Amino acid sequence: MDYDVLIIGAGMSGLAAGIRLAYYDKRVCIIEKHYRVGGLNSFYNRGGREFDVGLHAMTNYVPKSVKLTPLPKLLRQLKLKREDFALCPQRMSAIKFPDKTLRFNNDLDFFVQEVVDNFPAQSDNFQRLLKTIFEYDELDLYAKPISAREVVGSIISDPLLIDMVFCPLMFYGNAQENDIEFGQFVIMFKGIYCEGFARPQAGVRQILDVLVRKYRSCGGELKTRCTVTSIQAANGRVESILLENGEVLAADKILSSAGYVETMRLLSNYDPTGIEEKAGQLSMVEFITVLDKQPAEMGHETTIIFYNKSDRFDYRKPDELINVSSGVICCPNNFQYKNPLPEGMIRITNLANFDLWNRLNEEEYKAQKAAWLGKSLNEVVKLIPDFRDSIVFTDVFTPKTIHRYTGHINGAVYGTPNKTKMGITHLENLFICGTDQGFLGIVGAMLSGISMANLHVLQKA
Amino acid sequence: MTKKEIKSVLMEIVAEIIPDEDLTNLKGDIPIREQVEMDSMDFLDIIMELRKRYGIEVPEDDYMQLATLDSSVAYLEPRMRDL
Repeated sequence: MDYDVLIIGAGMSGLAAGIRLAYYDKRVCIIEKHYRVGGLNSFYNRGGREFDVGLHAMTNYVPKSVKLTPLPKLLRQLKLKREDFALCPQRMSAIKFPDKTLRFNNDLDFFVQEVVDNFPAQSDNFQRLLKTIFEYDELDLYAKPISAREVVGSIISDPLLIDMVFCPLMFYGNAQENDIEFGQFVIMFKGIYCEGFARPQAGVRQILDVLVRKYRSCGGELKTRCTVTSIQAANGRVESILLENGEVLAADKILSSAGYVETMRLLSNYDPTGIEEKAGQLSMVEFITVLDKQPAEMGHETTIIFYNKSDRFDYRKPDELINVSSGVICCPNNFQYKNPLPEGMIRITNLANFDLWNRLNEEEYKAQKAAWLGKSLNEVVKLIPDFRDSIVFTDVFTPKTIHRYTGHINGAVYGTPNKTKMGITHLENLFICGTDQGFLGIVGAMLSGISMANLHVLQKA
Repeated sequence: MTKKEIKSVLMEIVAEIIPDEDLTNLKGDIPIREQVEMDSMDFLDIIMELRKRYGIEVPEDDYMQLATLDSSVAYLEPRMRDL
């Protein structure tokens, strides 16, 4: 055996799993297709600037005194210090629907008061919802999936409040159209409303650098620009992994963060029956605008706005290239940094249709990016001060870009709606971690890697 | 190793796993997890550290033996006596 464990993908989950395994003396190697690590949560350079791909904000931020929530849990597990991530909390975020706005910061009581003020008839129901959420063990790997729409709908009777509460949770981590599995709902609810948003001043790179450094210092090996061509399986086990450069690697166990269907597709004896239809459909587009001033100077002080302009919030693959009737407006400047970021920036995220984007030729692709930037901005400036005259640079990434970064079929940001919570596959030594295991968000992804490494490798003597 | 040494090794391991907890008043006969904020993932790390540092394998069925400091020392003494 070349290794005890081979990990496919150096995203948040793969790196976190790698740290656990390397720290406890496993011979481990992470194989990453790209030059840069991070997967969905990576960064790129354009026009002399560095942009984050996935990260708007890290969820699950808690003050130092709080201990047993996901963020401190993962810091303990990865033997990292709180200061390593250099997280700066948000200022204030908001959910804006046609007739109502709910604001939230990193203090649950504030959010509860907003709900009570805006939906007085629902205040008792909302308390009951909180009780249900706190009593639920969302990290139970054996729990049966249930519909959050059903659970929440049986407690809250105002569909507008339900849609508003769901909106940020959907945009920040839901692979399923219009509904979300209740366990994931609880994970996202706690991560966003009970704990909260924060961002390192240096963006996602801060987190990735810390993880890679820790992994290497524990003796882990990282191969970048290295693509897995196929996984050779026989007798119910993975026997070896074939790389694009012709190399063949063997390991006792394989942990794949490439996605469930994507991993199955790599199998040498792949049988698509019953598997292909599991691929996720939800993809997004992001418009990044760089401004010649700080957004706060224009009167925009909100950190993140989740908006919806239709009667009902429709979280599904749009029928056209992009759906601008709902989205996310993130201002990376509006976190509580020690020093302001050098340039103003506003990022807009909308739901998008991968197939339609994928069909365009290069010229049309460019033209559509520009056209939809305009349409999206038109909607956004109805909600925040018009910043269009201050834009000095724009970049757009589409479902095709997400596909390129993550390898996810359909550019599905959050992978398949059918999560594999236990991480097991039909092959006894092949396991799934990351997006398709089912703990979402950046913190969730890292916890996914940690849990799967613990469960399938470290706990087995 | 003597029982006393084993206990101090355990304390050192626990302190490393949960660096932000105060361990000065940790009692030997009460489950560690009832005295400090420590979850099952942290608990697993005690087992992992014993393996990493001393090559001791604690099978999953025996995890309960490590619930308190005293029971851990009793369980580990025959396994660490000759170290």
